[in-house]
Amino acid sequence: MNEIAYQPEFQTSVNFTKEKKKQRISNLIKGILFLLPSILLFGVFLFYPMGKTIYLSFFLTDNRGDPTVFVGLENYVKIFQSSNFLQSLKSTLLFALFTVPGTILVSLVLAILANEKLRGIGVFRTIFSSTMGISVAAASVFWMFLFHPTIGWLNRIVEAMGFEAVGWLTDPDWALLSVSISTIWMNIGFTFLILLGGLQSIDSYLYESADIDGAGYFYKLRRITIPMLSPTLFFVLTVTLINAFQTFGQVDMLTRGGPQNETNLIVYSIYQEAFMNYQFGTASAQAIILFIIILLLTLVQFKLGERKVHYQ
Amino acid sequence: MKAVECIDISKSYDKQKSVLDQISFSIEEGEFYVLVGPSGSGKSTLLRMIAGLEEISSGMLRMNDKVVNHLPPKDRKLSMVFQNYALYPHLTVEQNILFGLRAKKVDKKEQQKRLLETAEMMGLTDLLKRKPKHLSGGQRQRVALARSVVSRSPICLMDEPLSNLDAKLRAHMRVEIRRLQRKLGLTMIYVTHDQIEAMTMGDRIMVLNDGKIQQIGEPITLYNEPANLFVASFIGSPKINLSKVNLLDQKIILECGLELALEKGDLLPLLTYKNVTMGIRAEHILPGTHENTTHLLEVVNVEQLGNETLLTFEVGKELWTAKWLGQWKVKAGEYVPVSISTKNISFFDTDTGVLIKPCMPTTEQEVVLI
Repeated sequence: MNEIAYQPEFQTSVNFTKEKKKQRISNLIKGILFLLPSILLFGVFLFYPMGKTIYLSFFLTDNRGDPTVFVGLENYVKIFQSSNFLQSLKSTLLFALFTVPGTILVSLVLAILANEKLRGIGVFRTIFSSTMGISVAAASVFWMFLFHPTIGWLNRIVEAMGFEAVGWLTDPDWALLSVSISTIWMNIGFTFLILLGGLQSIDSYLYESADIDGAGYFYKLRRITIPMLSPTLFFVLTVTLINAFQTFGQVDMLTRGGPQNETNLIVYSIYQEAFMNYQFGTASAQAIILFIIILLLTLVQFKLGERKVHYQ
Repeated sequence: MKAVECIDISKSYDKQKSVLDQISFSIEEGEFYVLVGPSGSGKSTLLRMIAGLEEISSGMLRMNDKVVNHLPPKDRKLSMVFQNYALYPHLTVEQNILFGLRAKKVDKKEQQKRLLETAEMMGLTDLLKRKPKHLSGGQRQRVALARSVVSRSPICLMDEPLSNLDAKLRAHMRVEIRRLQRKLGLTMIYVTHDQIEAMTMGDRIMVLNDGKIQQIGEPITLYNEPANLFVASFIGSPKINLSKVNLLDQKIILECGLELALEKGDLLPLLTYKNVTMGIRAEHILPGTHENTTHLLEVVNVEQLGNETLLTFEVGKELWTAKWLGQWKVKAGEYVPVSISTKNISFFDTDTGVLIKPCMPTTEQEVVLI
């Protein structure tokens, strides 16, 4: 109604709503154009495989991966009855429990040490972050030598101290721990670098002010460093947790899931199911379960984290 | 007793260029001492050395007659307000104020008592549960002050605490800080680059430039008898008008040809110097009347401030500013009569910048007349 009322006054009146709509559409097209490369890449390598996995998880397949018989949710029922899958779930959870706190704690200590302003600290920063540049395969080979039952350094040290040699990768009680240790070592580089970056972005005035107030080292650590670092810690926690659930390389290289399936982590189990046993249906079902677990964990983390994390 | 005493304090980085060069001064108990200077003059470094946040390269720092060079900041019994306030963003106002007391493990009851007292004094009682993010600039400033007051340290250091506030709030906080300092009897060392802050707040002012002390004195002394050209042009707003002059037959002649007659007594001390610069404050270039007009000057710009008028004249290569009380209807390009009295002129040695002869002190009566 208003538009009509205005028309006599403005002879060359413009239809504003129409103009705005036009602009919005052209903006949308421009935006999508900018996103197109990502949309294409994600589509081909992420969204399509994801859809296909969900589809496959409802079927039995032949050994080429083509669906043959529709079985509905039977694949899911089957894997939850399989002791192997439950075992690998348990191993994965234990593995995450070892590696996530281990990685963060070690990296945090190293980052706090490397954040001191000392002559030659750059050398230590380089050393501590260097594992980031080493591929999982290379690192695994390196650790395989360390873990070697007879010529490995670890066993030599253990024997030199008067203990009995440990079957690091062959003893079911030790294997998961050994893989965890090597994983922590591999993760440290990245985590250390992120945490160091977080530490360096804390305003030095805060520490100076605390110095004048008479705060001691650990008081400052507890009341300033940790709270100010919480967004970074939260990020690192999320990333390492997801990484822990997706671990594959070091298992494949070090233990191949053995001994007695102790280190058969969930991704390795999916790999075996799909590419050794050619059971693409059940493998897909396992993958979906893994996806749901990670999704839920991340959601819970964000819900809990929001209360504890202080964003600037 | 001297609250703080610096003896030949120097600071250099990597044993090369010295940032501060042989600084010596002393501050009395309960004094409001202002360090002023342009950026890069070393004033903040000096303050941080007093606080113990920077190493002292050489020299001696004494507090209450005890050498404190080797003491960490917490043992120097002082508090500090930083330029950006250094509030802990993850803590509430209350926790921010109590941070230091908790660190020193002060008794819980005593903590609460001091907190309430300080919050009351600073008008923060209603804001105690807020985080710094939800405070305005002025409120943050007050929290920073409260944090330093609550520690009950006898010496308080401030590093440009008002530079993040807008002009109005700054004027207000100047008064607040000064009042607080008097009320608590604090010894205050206050760093600023703003000469107005220095003039209005300080009991005594130290002017620093390039790591060297230019002058120490009361604000009025600095204004009336600046020790050198740097202090003369740094203190006072609008800036003092400076021009190089030649001496000829009991007259001083400016480069542009402007002449001023001098009495013999005033002339004598100038004769020994080869190059002389004269300085005259803006309020000493008076509007000329029939009797006392000495010169006609061309106006190049007029600034109406309401209660006073700033006129800019072109005098040779220099621009001079005059501050006239009241509202003057003058347009740029006009020639206006002015009255310049030689007794209001200070003279400096151009080569060294050192003051030769200050202007005559204005008596109270004259102040009324202007």
